[in-house]
Amino acid sequence: MRDSAATATVGRSVPRREGADKVTGRARYTDDLVVPGAWYGKTIRSTVARGTLRSITLDPAFDWSRVVVVTADDIAPGENVVQLIRDDQPALARVGGEIRHHAEPILLLAAPDKATLEEAALRVRIAYAPLEPVLELERATETYSTIEVVKGDVDAAFRAADLIVERTFRVGLQEQLYIEPQGAIAQPNDRGGITVIGSLQCPYYVHRALKRALALNDEQAVVIQAETGGGFGGKEEYPSVVAIHAALLARKAGRPVRLIYDRHEDLAATTKRHPGVITHRTGVRRDGTLLAQDVEIVLDGGAYCTLTPVVLSRAAIHAAGPYACPNVRIRARAVATHTPPNGAFRGFGAPQSLFAAELMVEHVAERLGKPSLDLRRKWMLRVGDSTATGQVLTESVSAELVLDAALKAAPPIRPSAHPSVRRGRGLSLVFHGSGFTGSGEKKLSGKVAVACTKSGAFTILTASTEIGQGTKTIFSQIAADALGVPLDQVTVGAQDTSLVPDSGPTVASRTAMIVGGLIHDAATALRARLEREPPPLRVERTYVQPDTVHWDDETYRGDAYPVYGWACTIADVDVDTATGEVRVTDVVTAVDCGKAIHPVMAEGQIEGGALQAVGWATIEEIKMKDGRYLNDRLATYLIPTALDAPRLKTILVENPYSGGPFGAKGIGELPMDGPAPAIIAAIHDATGAWLDEVPATPEKVLTACASS
Amino acid sequence: MPGVTYLRPRDVADAVRLYGEQLACRPIAGGTDIMVMLHAGVLQPAPSALLDLWHLGELKGIRRVNGGEALEIGAAEPYTGIIRSALVREHLPALVAAAQTIGAAQIQNRGTLGGNLANASPAGDTLPVLLAYDAMAVTDRRTIPVGEFFTGYRKTALGAGELIVAVRFPLDGRTVRFRKVGTRAAQAISKVVLAVSRAPARIAVGSVAEVPLRARGAEAALARGDVGGAVAAVAADIRPIDDVRSTAAYRRAVAQNVLRDLLDASPRR
Amino acid sequence: MRFVLNGRSVSVAAPGSRRLLDLLREDLGFTGTKEGCGEGECGACSVLIDGQVVNSCLVAAGQVEGCDVVTIEGLAPPGGTLSPLQQAFIERGAAQCGICTPGMLLAAHALLRDNPRPSAAEVRVGLAGNLCRCTGYTKIIEAVLACRA
Repeated sequence: MRDSAATATVGRSVPRREGADKVTGRARYTDDLVVPGAWYGKTIRSTVARGTLRSITLDPAFDWSRVVVVTADDIAPGENVVQLIRDDQPALARVGGEIRHHAEPILLLAAPDKATLEEAALRVRIAYAPLEPVLELERATETYSTIEVVKGDVDAAFRAADLIVERTFRVGLQEQLYIEPQGAIAQPNDRGGITVIGSLQCPYYVHRALKRALALNDEQAVVIQAETGGGFGGKEEYPSVVAIHAALLARKAGRPVRLIYDRHEDLAATTKRHPGVITHRTGVRRDGTLLAQDVEIVLDGGAYCTLTPVVLSRAAIHAAGPYACPNVRIRARAVATHTPPNGAFRGFGAPQSLFAAELMVEHVAERLGKPSLDLRRKWMLRVGDSTATGQVLTESVSAELVLDAALKAAPPIRPSAHPSVRRGRGLSLVFHGSGFTGSGEKKLSGKVAVACTKSGAFTILTASTEIGQGTKTIFSQIAADALGVPLDQVTVGAQDTSLVPDSGPTVASRTAMIVGGLIHDAATALRARLEREPPPLRVERTYVQPDTVHWDDETYRGDAYPVYGWACTIADVDVDTATGEVRVTDVVTAVDCGKAIHPVMAEGQIEGGALQAVGWATIEEIKMKDGRYLNDRLATYLIPTALDAPRLKTILVENPYSGGPFGAKGIGELPMDGPAPAIIAAIHDATGAWLDEVPATPEKVLTACASS
Repeated sequence: MPGVTYLRPRDVADAVRLYGEQLACRPIAGGTDIMVMLHAGVLQPAPSALLDLWHLGELKGIRRVNGGEALEIGAAEPYTGIIRSALVREHLPALVAAAQTIGAAQIQNRGTLGGNLANASPAGDTLPVLLAYDAMAVTDRRTIPVGEFFTGYRKTALGAGELIVAVRFPLDGRTVRFRKVGTRAAQAISKVVLAVSRAPARIAVGSVAEVPLRARGAEAALARGDVGGAVAAVAADIRPIDDVRSTAAYRRAVAQNVLRDLLDASPRR
Repeated sequence: MRFVLNGRSVSVAAPGSRRLLDLLREDLGFTGTKEGCGEGECGACSVLIDGQVVNSCLVAAGQVEGCDVVTIEGLAPPGGTLSPLQQAFIERGAAQCGICTPGMLLAAHALLRDNPRPSAAEVRVGLAGNLCRCTGYTKIIEAVLACRA
């Protein structure tokens, strides 16, 4: 455990720092900001899934003098690219180039008022030479990346197995559905560059993207995060697109431009969770001993690479589940289709592969005639066991702790009140690596600073963003306790790239553990210096990978993450056999996040993540036609309402991690991993019918019940 | 909205006059359908004005009429008023049940029967109930049985400039049962929605055709006392499609299952 | 149009067909009311009109003539303190990203006014028109129940 000062606030649920602003309407989100002289911007997008862009024609009968038009030709001297991992995604499609997905951005418009903007949008004619799109994952011919994880000898192990079970699972698209749509306001600044204020998770991702697309240097590009109404990964990389577009318009217009998406555009055009197909083969002995796991994963990345290789990585590493298996082979590939690019969404590949892994335990148990709980206890990872990548777990391993805690807390099963409604219960056990995979944190080299003013006020300087999860509050708690001062003496500076260092992105369950750890270190060091020197003082800290973490990028073996979080989920469902409707009535989740810096906020992460997973498992369906999402309005893309939501009960189990501030590990994504397989198992418990996919819509459940 | 003016009539007579003078205007009550379509730019033809009926007292209220033989609900009375009305709860409980499944509090505070009728969506949640109760649409010039009100996909029997002022229900003591199978527990469009009466035999189904319809074949079987026959026949009475919400096969199967449930629950007379 | 907004008379010239949401946010500068969807599905734009919670994206500005409109800015008692409901939201973790919070608070306020001692199930019904993606609703319901009479 990090040596710490008196823990005056850590572990207590202090009031949220920006809570008063949020409950009074004073908090200013991007579209609330008043920017005098700003014009309104709009993106004109492809209406075909694939084709050559033949021409863009502006209706000569329209008065274009009041409108600013930006095409790919206007990007130079910047580069027409959305910087991320691979430089394959253009900021704007160019005439003569290939359109690769429906809703691909083609040109941008800005006008002084919305009416002129809407009218101008109707006066743009785009001609395509359509090409045959690849719309299904099975028909994909282009691969973004492949990963192979190998441990022991699966083929030999299968030969020795008494029973081999194989099953194929499908997981569907999911929209992050932050209640505040994407948006950014860009304006030319006095450094010859552009300042962008927007709804985003990662200011420095946007900063890098702006520099490249607008040929700006570090000082000229300024990115400021506004109060952000939810992200969940949907505002990890996509805001770079919005920012580049707003900036291009602002530069050409020579004035501020507001580019705010409406919900329909957001649903139609922005990134979604990677859908995929996972095939699992598990080999066991008659007594239930786990001998071998062979997993094949195919994820659909959509039309451009975005973060797909990293999503695939996390999916692969978690694909064997939280179990100790001596022989494992995981072969994962991510393919391209002519659908809108998929991207980051809480869990980032792990919910997809853990869905399959957890249901496999149920199927093996059923074939063996043993309770699946017994198999989990037999197989679960314990201290000293090694994972699929050969990582030996040395501490903070809580599979059994969370399993026992959830079982103890689960309410007694109540009988069904209605003859055609069947009740069922399902359980899942999951784990989730905290922080970036492998050498990711080393490469990020995140930085923070803690400063003390002359008057003795402390400021935390970090690019980590508050997006509802409580960053500002827990950072203040960590710093205040390390400094030994009251909470109200600590503030968090604005997430403005001209003011704060790059702490790395607000993703990957890294904020509390990695960045919080840096803040703890910086604050501790600052406290020591203040004993010798007067303020003003500033202490910086940069992430250094502990030498206990060894990862080999080439062989994909070693310590994939410094540590894992653990969760057990028990879900109760009512299945109406007359209609196939599944109502998830209760979800109990026991979670080990090492140390809950702020228990109420930790519970909030678990409850919110669990409901997102419930939605993914039941009603969040996206149908596609000709590469276009049919569910492109809030009336048709359905997330759970308060009436759909189950009673959510959370148990915080604390098994501290010596490398985290006050013992804390990550918590943001873990809650997304457990509910879906638990719900499918519960549906089976209720009806005897097995589904192999999510979402388990009433149509699929009714069909499954009829044929079982 | 640019170019769309706002007309605020003094009373119903004034509203009728204004509507007659400006046929391109669109009546608006609670706005829960119209304002979405207006903002999305999908109203065909684009209206020249909104004719606001919401504030007209003559279009609100719930009262017995015809010497107590009928119940009349103002066309602009919001669902919340319908749900809370002792008269409706006593005499038309299926209408209360239907209103409670519409949207949630915000929509129920503004949505109206007049709007549900005029919008004529095949998924309109109150419409099968109106059919099952043999309700009448009372307009500024005549009375139209709801069974004759829907003439095609989102098309009504209303003439040019004709305004719905109330919906009238005969009070003959029939029991109507209602069930909506929505896409989720609230704020949901229906996949299938049914209202059923045993005597007289009425089986009204929504979201299974281009209009809310009465399942005539199933009704004939029910009138003969043949519940099994009614459940079998309803599959042929309806013409569901595959769409973003559901499939034809699902709608057919569930319409039958729900009908069976509703008939089993209904008292025999 | 002339109406009462957060307890004060206002008079504003605007097209009657304009969305009340836009009138509040853009013409009058009350940005506490949010646009989450423009379709009446999310409830982030909720306001009270004559005490009833409605989606302001579905109200034509002309329709509030003579009405009493309350937005989130009018929810706290005068003097800068917070209402018990607002306080409970902060303390119990009912607000995370906060974008649904204004609409949610107004719906909760209307619910408690009509039903001062709701059950948890009744709270869910009363808030079913306000989507939240962050909290799972659990702590929102707890906060409302904590403010029962």
